Amino acid sequence: MTSAPLIELRNISKRFGGVRALDDVSLSLDGARIHCLAGENGSGKSTLIKVISGVYQPDEGEIYIDGQKVGPLDPVTSIAHGVQVIYQDFSLFPTLSVVENITLNTFVREGRTRINWTRAREMAREVLQRLDVTLDLDATVETLPAAGRQIVAIARAMLADARLIIMDEPTTTLTGREVARLFRIVRDLQADGIATLFVSHKMREMLEISERLTVFRNGKKVTEGPIAEFDERAITRAMTGRDLHQGRFAAPDLAGRKPRLELRDVTVGHQAHDINLTLMPGEIVGLSGLIGAGRKALAQAVFGLRGDMSGEMRIDGVPVAPKSVPEAIAAGIAYVPEDRLSEGLFLTRSIRDNAIVSSMRRFAPRLWLDGEKAAAETRKMFGEMAISAPGIDVPVGTLSGGNAQRVMIGRWLMTHARVLILNGPTVGVDVGSKEQIHGIIQELTRTSDLAVLMISDDLPELAANCNRVLCMTEGRIMAELSGHTLTEEALDAALSRTTQGEPA
Amino acid sequence: MKFMRSSDAIILAILVVAMVFIGLVNPAFWQMSNLFSLLKENVVIGIMALGVLLVMISGGIDVSFTAFAVAGMYLTVRVMVALDYNGLVLPFMSAILIGGLLGLMNAGIIHRFKMIPLIVTLGTASVVRGLVLGLVGTSNVNINKMPDALVAFGKADLVTLERANGSTYGLTAMIAIYLGLALALHLVLKYTMIGRSVYAYGADPEAAKRVGFSTGRTMMFVYVTAGALAGFSGLLHSSMIWLANPRDFVGLELDVIAAVVLGGASIFGGRGTVLGTVLGVFILVMIQNSLILMGIDTTWQRIVVGAMLIAAVTVTALRDRRALV
Repeated sequence: MTSAPLIELRNISKRFGGVRALDDVSLSLDGARIHCLAGENGSGKSTLIKVISGVYQPDEGEIYIDGQKVGPLDPVTSIAHGVQVIYQDFSLFPTLSVVENITLNTFVREGRTRINWTRAREMAREVLQRLDVTLDLDATVETLPAAGRQIVAIARAMLADARLIIMDEPTTTLTGREVARLFRIVRDLQADGIATLFVSHKMREMLEISERLTVFRNGKKVTEGPIAEFDERAITRAMTGRDLHQGRFAAPDLAGRKPRLELRDVTVGHQAHDINLTLMPGEIVGLSGLIGAGRKALAQAVFGLRGDMSGEMRIDGVPVAPKSVPEAIAAGIAYVPEDRLSEGLFLTRSIRDNAIVSSMRRFAPRLWLDGEKAAAETRKMFGEMAISAPGIDVPVGTLSGGNAQRVMIGRWLMTHARVLILNGPTVGVDVGSKEQIHGIIQELTRTSDLAVLMISDDLPELAANCNRVLCMTEGRIMAELSGHTLTEEALDAALSRTTQGEPA
Repeated sequence: MKFMRSSDAIILAILVVAMVFIGLVNPAFWQMSNLFSLLKENVVIGIMALGVLLVMISGGIDVSFTAFAVAGMYLTVRVMVALDYNGLVLPFMSAILIGGLLGLMNAGIIHRFKMIPLIVTLGTASVVRGLVLGLVGTSNVNINKMPDALVAFGKADLVTLERANGSTYGLTAMIAIYLGLALALHLVLKYTMIGRSVYAYGADPEAAKRVGFSTGRTMMFVYVTAGALAGFSGLLHSSMIWLANPRDFVGLELDVIAAVVLGGASIFGGRGTVLGTVLGVFILVMIQNSLILMGIDTTWQRIVVGAMLIAAVTVTALRDRRALV
């Protein structure tokens, strides 16, 4: 680029109380470039976005736009300079139509008092055409899948004459095909002269889409350069400050062992059919498949959350048919749901309260809670799970994603579970923490003879942590990979093969 | 057809089915005189419901409107009696102003202190009712004292028909005022930015702020309009029944909220239409009316209204939840 960068930050620092969220950071974003910002949770990425979008004013440093020094930005001037942020929650209006969601901010910006619906429809249609996407303009946004909402958010940003679109973790809720479409759109935007700042912690995506990469750690810029200079290992080292070992999980010795969990011809409603599955103690078995393949229904059925399960289920050879969660817990089953915020944790309560809640009967056999016993066992779990927090009395809402997930897993271990079902065990958890969680799970299968069923969309995670992986499609198990056939590539191939719609 | 897929169409279908059913059980339902009196009963509840609809779209619940209606009505009528004033425009303006100012108080407290509308309006309702009774008076203004202009206004009919025995009955002109207000609110909600900002705020207040709406202005618009509609409906009510009772409208909150929910507005905000609300009010009034025609005791009517509210909330909650998945 010969011209001045679109946005240049020089020596920006931002403090919150005693914490330095950003420490002397300089960053330069060129027009029509795809730049990636990587870093673990709390590394300062979000603070930096908010400085660019004008939500936060930096304590020190200067901001230049098109080579001109600008004063501290506020949201309105930032938008006027063409900066648009697509937040993780998209900030859309769920009950309003696609048309309105796309056009409302333009009407507000133009200071209109009346709405011209004909013009609004034209604007929406035009911008969706530019994105080469078809959406029902009259559908309410709440009826769209996450990918559709993201399109609406991007369309809205484009209408606002964006020159830089900042996307905060845009691929978290997307399937593989939707990610491909998003990347196509980002490249189209680039062809139109719009720059994108991708905030992500998924290696694969960074390497695929971005042209330049900046890595943050502890509020500092650690490294920066063209993407060609990086590989996964280098990025991980920059983000975590150490090398991660991506050792594979070795299959346990199963000779002479009895199966821990057996499913025989299990059918769950219309979502899972004729499932036969055996889980040995010490095994970590992966369950792969697209969203809607019936993985979650199966897991919920085993955990007693569904009334429409038929077939036979045995734990350590004893037939069980849990009809409720307490029955499933009593049978030794534990389930860590995908969305720990809405389905699992009580954010305002302490780590201890969250930890003991599934084994209440043990800690409160009669009316009173045995506080000492509860605290002691929580502390033991706290140590085993290597949770980093000031103590067991802090509210779970203050913990990072990785630590919250450890509390969640720890809670279930305190029920003395023999079968642990993990759904998306490291969704929203950063790389360093992710590796530790994997290590803990692997260790547990070795020391406590736990049998683990791991549901995940993260193929590298499955390949590295499972001794077997089952691929599920349209409610049936269609393939099994193990040993040397279990590789990311083979998993990817198995998934795309099964979705080509062979036997249904 | 877009309309056929909307909840308004479903409510219309329910209304038609209910009308056919009620007509079969009680053929007197279809008599012109009954239909006219039914429409008349729609007016005051309907105007109040428009205000409640507005608050509900913005994601709140208002239970103070009956108190504001009483304040607008009773204060105005008492002043008219005291001054021996016999006009129309000024009194109605005064009732609207009283309601609007009280609404401004709601908006101020809710917005400034970020409080839950239900609790704030419960409080302001109690305060306002107490002030009216404590400072203004507790006695009814009866027909013999009511200003003639108000009484005459309330009597105005659009059409007058004659019964076989020679007595006459008519369709009240107030229905035109009600439908006019409904149309105006519909246009404001559909075609103006302030109207859309109410939906946006109800759908997601944080997103509304990020888009650039001034949410304080929106809240002010919502609660001042709701208050003004309440004040107006209060005075209109007293001119239609030739009586100003400072203890009027007690318990009416439930009927009005039930009608609005019946009309498809979501208690979670962001959803609701004027047409739906008008239909919802009609259904509620019609069912109450036919219970009276069937000679069912008024205490039992409360059970029906309560059950209808719960049923409507359940249905809309299921609809909203399904949409979220």
